[in-house]
Amino acid sequence: MEDQNKLLDKVTKSEYQYGFVTNIDSDTLGKGLNEDVIRWISAKKKEPQFMLDFRLKAYRKWLEMEMPDWAYLKIPEIDYQDIIYYSAPKKKKELQSLDEVDPELLSTFEKLGIPLEEQKLLAGVAVDAVMDSVSVKTTFKETLAEKGIIFSSFSEAVQEHPDLVQKYLGMSVPSTDNYFAALNAAVFSDGSFVYIPKGVRCPMELSTYFRINAANTGQFERTLIVADDDSYVSYLEGCTAPMRDENQLHAAVVEIIALDRAEVKYSTVQNWYPGDENGKGGIYNFVTKRGLCKGESSKIFWNQVETGSAITWKYPSCILLGDNSVAEFNSVAVTNNYQQADTGTKMVHIGKNTKSTIVSKGISAGKSDNSYRGLVRVAPKAENARNFSQCDSLLLGDTCGAHTFPYIEVSNNSSVVEHEATTSKIGEDQIFYCNQRGISTQDAVGMIVNGYAREVINKLPMEFAVEAQKLLQISLEGSVG
Amino acid sequence: MTEAKRNQEINQRLANLFESNVHLLEDGAGGVLNDARKPAIEAFRKQGIPDFKTENYKYTNLAKIFANENHRRVFAYEESNVNLHELFQCDVPELDTNLVMLTNGWYYSGNEQLTELPEGVVVTSLRKAAVEYPELVEKYYGKMADPEKDPLTALNTAFAQDGVFIYVPRSVVVEKPIQIIDLMRGGENTYATQRNLVIAEENSQVKVIFCDHTLDPQDYMVNNLTEAHVGENAVVDFYNLQNQHNKAVNLTGLYIRQERNSNVLTNTLSLHGGIVRNNLNVLIDGEHAEANLYGLALTDKSQHVDNFTFVEHAHPDCQSNQLFKNVLDDQSTGGFTGRIHVGRGAHGTLAYQRNNNVLLTGTAKMNTKPQLVIDNDDVKCSHGATVGRIDEEALFYLKSRGIAEREARLMLMYAFAHEVLQEVRVEKLGERIDELVNKRLRGEVSKCHSCVMDCES
Repeated sequence: MEDQNKLLDKVTKSEYQYGFVTNIDSDTLGKGLNEDVIRWISAKKKEPQFMLDFRLKAYRKWLEMEMPDWAYLKIPEIDYQDIIYYSAPKKKKELQSLDEVDPELLSTFEKLGIPLEEQKLLAGVAVDAVMDSVSVKTTFKETLAEKGIIFSSFSEAVQEHPDLVQKYLGMSVPSTDNYFAALNAAVFSDGSFVYIPKGVRCPMELSTYFRINAANTGQFERTLIVADDDSYVSYLEGCTAPMRDENQLHAAVVEIIALDRAEVKYSTVQNWYPGDENGKGGIYNFVTKRGLCKGESSKIFWNQVETGSAITWKYPSCILLGDNSVAEFNSVAVTNNYQQADTGTKMVHIGKNTKSTIVSKGISAGKSDNSYRGLVRVAPKAENARNFSQCDSLLLGDTCGAHTFPYIEVSNNSSVVEHEATTSKIGEDQIFYCNQRGISTQDAVGMIVNGYAREVINKLPMEFAVEAQKLLQISLEGSVG
Repeated sequence: MTEAKRNQEINQRLANLFESNVHLLEDGAGGVLNDARKPAIEAFRKQGIPDFKTENYKYTNLAKIFANENHRRVFAYEESNVNLHELFQCDVPELDTNLVMLTNGWYYSGNEQLTELPEGVVVTSLRKAAVEYPELVEKYYGKMADPEKDPLTALNTAFAQDGVFIYVPRSVVVEKPIQIIDLMRGGENTYATQRNLVIAEENSQVKVIFCDHTLDPQDYMVNNLTEAHVGENAVVDFYNLQNQHNKAVNLTGLYIRQERNSNVLTNTLSLHGGIVRNNLNVLIDGEHAEANLYGLALTDKSQHVDNFTFVEHAHPDCQSNQLFKNVLDDQSTGGFTGRIHVGRGAHGTLAYQRNNNVLLTGTAKMNTKPQLVIDNDDVKCSHGATVGRIDEEALFYLKSRGIAEREARLMLMYAFAHEVLQEVRVEKLGERIDELVNKRLRGEVSKCHSCVMDCES
């Protein structure tokens, strides 16, 4: 028991490794939110009228909405007038090569291990690095352009491909979908836009690193991925954030639209600042992610490893509209200290012969609360729909909580829906077995936790799997017994 | 009319109903019952009538049900001009029980003296008990059912006037089950409130069977709430046979508090009813206690059965099992919400929950919400939920052995239901329920059995 406490102490006292602030001049707007702020953002970004309309519609609806309170989370009150809604690193000029990039920015990326530099090209990763809210540097663009793939910052896409943006923006997450989606739609500053043309298989993993930088800046990203007929793309999102005392709100939106026979794989490693061991500080991560399997036989996969943020509140969802469409959700969520997570997924079966799989692994330690919340809905016309859900929780220590809230709504008798959940701790017999074979308790716990999460980590692309494993180690391994 | 306005109107109407009849409600009822009324109606006002936005009532929209309700209320006992014992014959003839009858939630004046009860055991009307045994009623009444936490409980507490009171003293074993038959009857649509209190002291044993019936084809609504206190080492069974007609609304609450080493079994069998909502709350308030909750609902036409359970583990080394099954035919709908909460100190908890459902038609609908809230690491908890149809392979297996399709389907459905039925710990009752379910599945009991009215057509 004493050993366990020691180990627990060690993890709770391990410092956040990626805490630092980069000194770059920001072009920052004052605090507060009103219609003028939205017009200012829109004008600043030289957006066409439809974008302004989109923002204003969302804002007006947002004013009528109330922040939902159904989640199993304790959220301190958020003052939306005390947030800076726009902050962009100062643009010096158009950048052609790495030399022109602010060296401080580069070193930030280096500390984060973002493969922006030459040797990183070997990893085969194209990076659209988002520093605070404006895209600074995009690589591989030319290679991708040859295949007709559009991978750019959102603001660029609005300028260059307004027709595509207008057609798909808000298709899977309408501007008035929920409280945070509406807020995002009103004030989002930038994000990524991906369009894969018909029949194209994207030759590399597309990747965006989000990073919140300027103090007191809520970051409102918007990502839109459109995969046209018979295309394929794998998209990576990963994040780390500097150490902060004040809570920061992050309300991003990710939209995926998969047309006929298209396949989209979206992987996330989320490691934002979770607050210190007393629960002070940390990011509020309130994200709306939704994929729309619009075409027949389309596929969307969500893979996520969540280790950061003080409060995580997100449900990457899929709407299976096309016949024979397939969706998967694989998640590992780790909470420690005073972190809170209420995360899961929604699978809405509308088309015939649609299939979805949910695998969720929650690990809670310290004084944290980790909840899975998922909805599986089978519409009356979704003949032969099939869902399998499994959500396991692992508790480390007796002061944390693990909760499961599945919702299953079935209106069709030809469908089969299954849900399973278990809650357990690491068995003494398991530890004993390892000890007996000369493995220390510390290593044994690491092995067991990694083995427990393996099923999900294996679904991640290679580069990410390594990082995810490292993150799990930082968060828990060798530190909890 | 907007939903908010509709809800407001219902809340106002029910509050007014209380205000204008408070003298009738208080008349002749014991002090304990009356003292609880005003805080309860206040609590109801605060919460309001639940609709689909209320998390705990997500799948049973009570606001919709209460919106069109203009039922007659029964504020005083109505003498029956016929002998209820002659009018209604229990469907389980071989069953030997201590039988009491209630009519519209009131203790029937024609109940015979129960002669076979062991010494010290009390079975009487709650109204009478509040006067005759005030210290007992005071000690337990309203202690488990908190009006602040549930609007139906608040309504029941505000309007409660009568029901059954059962007291089993220390170390007494009641061999013969106590059967409580509630008959809804009257010349017009009627709303009834029934409140029961069961006290089983340490080392005692008792089995209680609640049977809910309707006698004529009027629209009925019942808000029925039972509080049960189960003492140390006590063994208590609750069976609830719900067999009302398709226009009835049955809102049933059961609150149980268990002490050390006690063992409780509840089995809710919803054979018939228009809209049925069962709230089951179990607080395990002592070490090494065990709670088993079972439920089976067979629905067809446009019936709706929603089971809600909340099992709270507050002490170490306790065990709970939940198994709920629904067989849904035609356009019927079902709901299940189960919540297990394991508290910080409740290490060594074993808690299981399972909800299996079969949809027989493309228009039936099932919503299920099995939930685990765990605040301790030394536990083994699991829950599972399935929604599907009859296994085609199993069906094929039976058909290939020369069993006709219809018969094979029935066999499979019966086998599905039997898992719940076998958990009945009263021998004769178990057999009879088996038979009833079998008949029900064959469609032979298309109207509520033993009902003389043909209200189905």
